[in-house]
Amino acid sequence: MTDEQGTSGAILVVGGGISGLTSALEAAEVGNDVFLIEKSASFGGRVAQLNQYFPKLCPPSCGLEINFRRVKNNRKIRTYTMTTVKSVSGVPGNYKVDLEIAPRYVNSNCTACGDCTEACPDMIDNEFNFGMNKSKAAYLPHDMAYPRRYVINKKGLSAEGAKAVQASCKYNAVDLDMKTQNVTINVSSIVWATGWTPYDPTKMDNLKFGQSNAIITNMMMERLAAPNGPTGGAIVRPGDGKAPGSIAFVQCAGSRDENHLEFCSHICCMATLKQMTYVRERYPEAKMYVFYIDLRTPGKYEKFREKLTGDKNSFFIKGKVAEIIPESDGGVTVVAENAVTGEKIHQKVDMAVLATGMQPSLGLQGAPVSLNMDNSGFVISDYEKGMISAGCAKKAADVVTTTQSSTAAALKAIQISRR
Amino acid sequence: MAKTYCAYICSGCGIGDGLDIEALSEVVTGEMSMECKTSGYLCGSEGRALIEKDIQENGVNTVVIGACSPRVMQKEFDFGQDKITVRANLREQVVWAQGKPAEGEEPHAEAAAFLQESAADYMRMACTRAQKTELAVPYQLETEINKTVLVMGGGIAGLTAAQEAALAGYEVILVEKEAALGGKAAGWRKSFPSKAPWTDLEENPVPSLTAAVSGNKKITIKTETEVARIAGSPGNFSVSFKKAGEKSEWDAPAKVTVDEKDLIDKGEKEDPNKGLKVYTEIDPSATKVGSVVLATGWKPADVSQYEHLGYGKVKNVVTNAEFEKMAKAGKVPGNVAFVQSPGGAENDKDFPYCNSVTSMVALKQAQYVCEDNVDGKAYILYQHMRTPGHMELYYKSAQQQNDGIFLTKGNVMNVEEGTDGKLTVAVTDTLLGEAISLSVDMVVLAAGMEPTTLHENTVNLAYRQGPAFSDLELFDGYADSHFICFPYETRRTGVYACGGVRKAETMDETIDDATGAALKAIQCIESTDRGVAVHPRSGDATFPEFFMQRCTQCKRCTEECPFGALDDDEKGTPLPNPTRCRRCGTCMGACPERIIGFKDYNIDLIGSVIKSIEVPEDDEDRLRILVLVCENDAYPALDMAGMKHHKLSHMVRFIPVRCLGSVNMAWIRDALSAGLDGAMLLGCTYGDDYQCHFVKGSEIANKRMENIGDTLSTLGLEPERVTAEQVAITDYDKIPQIVNDFVDAIVEMGPNPFKGF
Repeated sequence: MTDEQGTSGAILVVGGGISGLTSALEAAEVGNDVFLIEKSASFGGRVAQLNQYFPKLCPPSCGLEINFRRVKNNRKIRTYTMTTVKSVSGVPGNYKVDLEIAPRYVNSNCTACGDCTEACPDMIDNEFNFGMNKSKAAYLPHDMAYPRRYVINKKGLSAEGAKAVQASCKYNAVDLDMKTQNVTINVSSIVWATGWTPYDPTKMDNLKFGQSNAIITNMMMERLAAPNGPTGGAIVRPGDGKAPGSIAFVQCAGSRDENHLEFCSHICCMATLKQMTYVRERYPEAKMYVFYIDLRTPGKYEKFREKLTGDKNSFFIKGKVAEIIPESDGGVTVVAENAVTGEKIHQKVDMAVLATGMQPSLGLQGAPVSLNMDNSGFVISDYEKGMISAGCAKKAADVVTTTQSSTAAALKAIQISRR
Repeated sequence: MAKTYCAYICSGCGIGDGLDIEALSEVVTGEMSMECKTSGYLCGSEGRALIEKDIQENGVNTVVIGACSPRVMQKEFDFGQDKITVRANLREQVVWAQGKPAEGEEPHAEAAAFLQESAADYMRMACTRAQKTELAVPYQLETEINKTVLVMGGGIAGLTAAQEAALAGYEVILVEKEAALGGKAAGWRKSFPSKAPWTDLEENPVPSLTAAVSGNKKITIKTETEVARIAGSPGNFSVSFKKAGEKSEWDAPAKVTVDEKDLIDKGEKEDPNKGLKVYTEIDPSATKVGSVVLATGWKPADVSQYEHLGYGKVKNVVTNAEFEKMAKAGKVPGNVAFVQSPGGAENDKDFPYCNSVTSMVALKQAQYVCEDNVDGKAYILYQHMRTPGHMELYYKSAQQQNDGIFLTKGNVMNVEEGTDGKLTVAVTDTLLGEAISLSVDMVVLAAGMEPTTLHENTVNLAYRQGPAFSDLELFDGYADSHFICFPYETRRTGVYACGGVRKAETMDETIDDATGAALKAIQCIESTDRGVAVHPRSGDATFPEFFMQRCTQCKRCTEECPFGALDDDEKGTPLPNPTRCRRCGTCMGACPERIIGFKDYNIDLIGSVIKSIEVPEDDEDRLRILVLVCENDAYPALDMAGMKHHKLSHMVRFIPVRCLGSVNMAWIRDALSAGLDGAMLLGCTYGDDYQCHFVKGSEIANKRMENIGDTLSTLGLEPERVTAEQVAITDYDKIPQIVNDFVDAIVEMGPNPFKGF
């Protein structure tokens, strides 16, 4: 591919989740040229994996759809998936950025007809669903994926799978020889909207993630509850498919903890309360136990908390979980101390949901350029340098705070382009 | 534009397997008298070259594409803004929606014919739409556009918005009712950490920001000034200023309903707007601006209602805002209790309108107690310490840095005067395992931050729908209309709220928030300059046009517009303000005279599209049911249903609409008069947790549908032949059932008796 040139007034937005989409759109709708890049195969990021938003309990794909439509209708935005920043040179106001586009193995001939998936004999772990089910090795990342173009996991493809997939495509869209491509663009500033990664739950030895199917993370719960998730929306215990009669929610699993993430991940309290509504909808009698340090449901969220704390089969225990013990019947026992009564609690439940926190992705994977970051890996904006952070790359935040800071980032970027 | 048409039918992706493409082309060339070409792969380079060639060589400027959904392959089928492109969704909603027969199930003997009929109708509809669509001509204001941003409120939010807009090159007018800039935050002694390592209180940023704003040549500052009224519309607002606290004849008039107007005219009610200029009158000395940032902040909530806490009765019980003033002025007492939740034993809620700000304020003020006093002791009595994100690090450090800060969860049951001028605070259920009684010099209540919009009109618009934002009670007095995905959206175009008026926020968050609001204000100006809509139809160059000669002054459009875009004159004739308009078409749906329409979406266009559906006579297997589908959520869900090969009845015909609010009941009446057997509206959830992108559209449509039932009865038709359903975008597995059940019910009722008349 030939090098593409942006204009010196263009803005690069790194990350195509709700934050990056917002920054890109808000800047482009003012009139700036924008490059929006995303490292995975489709836009939408973390929120695309959520079943519902709190507190309205509405589907995130509703807001995403409008944003995707804005992207499609806007000639100022150029989008790249499977793309990362390789290096940055030049000066603020006139950066040269080398982008690397990983091979998708499906080219722009793809019509999204789905024949390759149909024909593909090979299965891979479904990453979108945190490996809770399998997908074909030729696949659409998820039902609502934008762009609507298939992807092939070449490593997951057998020799005969490769043949079948290639033969199935009537449009010559499968290209298993596709190579990594490099593109160079010129931009005035870069918005880092690289988002977050669920904190690795295996790092907390006492919570025994991976040692029992009954222990899942809150993001896995979102996929279980989603109609397009691995179970079609049934909340059941992975492995044996048991309908849970009792569920424990383990708050601050990694957050507010010097040994793990020292900050508060902002969303987990509300996420848990929201997930309690998922459970209640499906299991009117299920017992739910929430082990928390503080219930951080400020402002508009208080009303939502009230609904759940009023539920007669839901129990809120102020106390950090000390340990989770896998039991032979497939369930687990959650051990904690009630900070108010001093009582030691051993609560046997069918499932335990770890409210794992948000780890800033860029800090975790390392930035391709020198950026100011704090100890936790959040990016600190440097407006002089034209390096701007937004959303959860900047701080742990809910969606509304993320869209605010991403809109703000768009203006900071525009200011630099006009400097 | 003189139109040269050509239709193109793609046979790829299974379309050609299910359909007789040649016969389909003949429908286009025959009935629709339009040239028609086919391709096995229309979105591929050869297919597109075919179209491009016709455009280049044969002057084709109106293209009908019979292929996949209009939601995909937009770039491939984008032939430039000077071309009209209409898509017929043959793939997702016809061929793929025939479903896959279950194992052992025989497809209907006429299945292939049904599918062909369906595809033919979609081609007829698309060709008709192409014939009726005109190219959009972007709206241009009659006057020159004004690009100045008005910022209301000179606190930290307003100062930031002004400064950030100016840094992007815009002129700003900053209005503050007090004599000095800075707002409430100017009185804070310290501010929360705003940078790594997030551990230490910082100098208050307000003085330096105030100095920067005062020195910025692009910013005009008006202190001791208030906005009397804002008239006009984005790009051309007329702002009447007045001296703060004074009355003006240009104050924004209160809303007067039609009924109230009658009473006033009869002398039975006092005119609330006596002495005020009517809302449509333009102030000759008004200042022009392009858009508005509302940063009018907040007011401390009244906490005297919590009698057990003693505020207003017991000396030395103060609010956090009052305590901060003391701290700024000098030394604070050495023994202070901070009460974070008012609920006693009953509930553990924070004071209303606190958000997570007051937890941090308590920590900060507890630090003052320790700084100012050698043995200073501060007791923070909380239910939930709310220090989200990085503020957790400050929470920890405040405790580590100060031996005198004690925190406990607990129910504060009572505050009363004790001995020696001390106060006694009774707390139960503490983390110390027992009830405690504290003897302190002062009690500080964590009063919340009420948005100014809770009690006042604040924005003072001279609009037909009144001076304030609408439906504020739905959001506790806050003006935002889509607070999760699109927090800056309000129901008044070109007005963007930030800071305390939008949310109880810390200074750090306010700075982000105000910067974002400045962006939106600028974006609105630039979109207006290009003549296109702002969110959610951003970039749309069409706008509603009115054929006023036939207007009967029924006022429905002015009443129902969710965004207050329409004013009216003395007689009630609407006065459109296109730059306030969001292009949802609710006015078009409301108009009984059918005089409102867009270039590419109007009563005649959709009416003609409906009429182009072929209505077979006397065939119970061939009923025709019209489904008007909200293009925002329901239409994508239908596409998804198709992608998953869910079966949709062959008797339905889907037509996307901008919003259910734009659905004119004439379409439904005419459809049934023309012999269609039923009609359904498929749109978004409404009510408190509405999902309508235009806020009110689906709700209004449902109200209209209730009334149409009566109309049908008078025609001798069952009212059950029409229905409205609420769906979410994720309901794609449920939608087929909803649609098919309705079809079954119509089949049960039998064909429309008007058929063939």
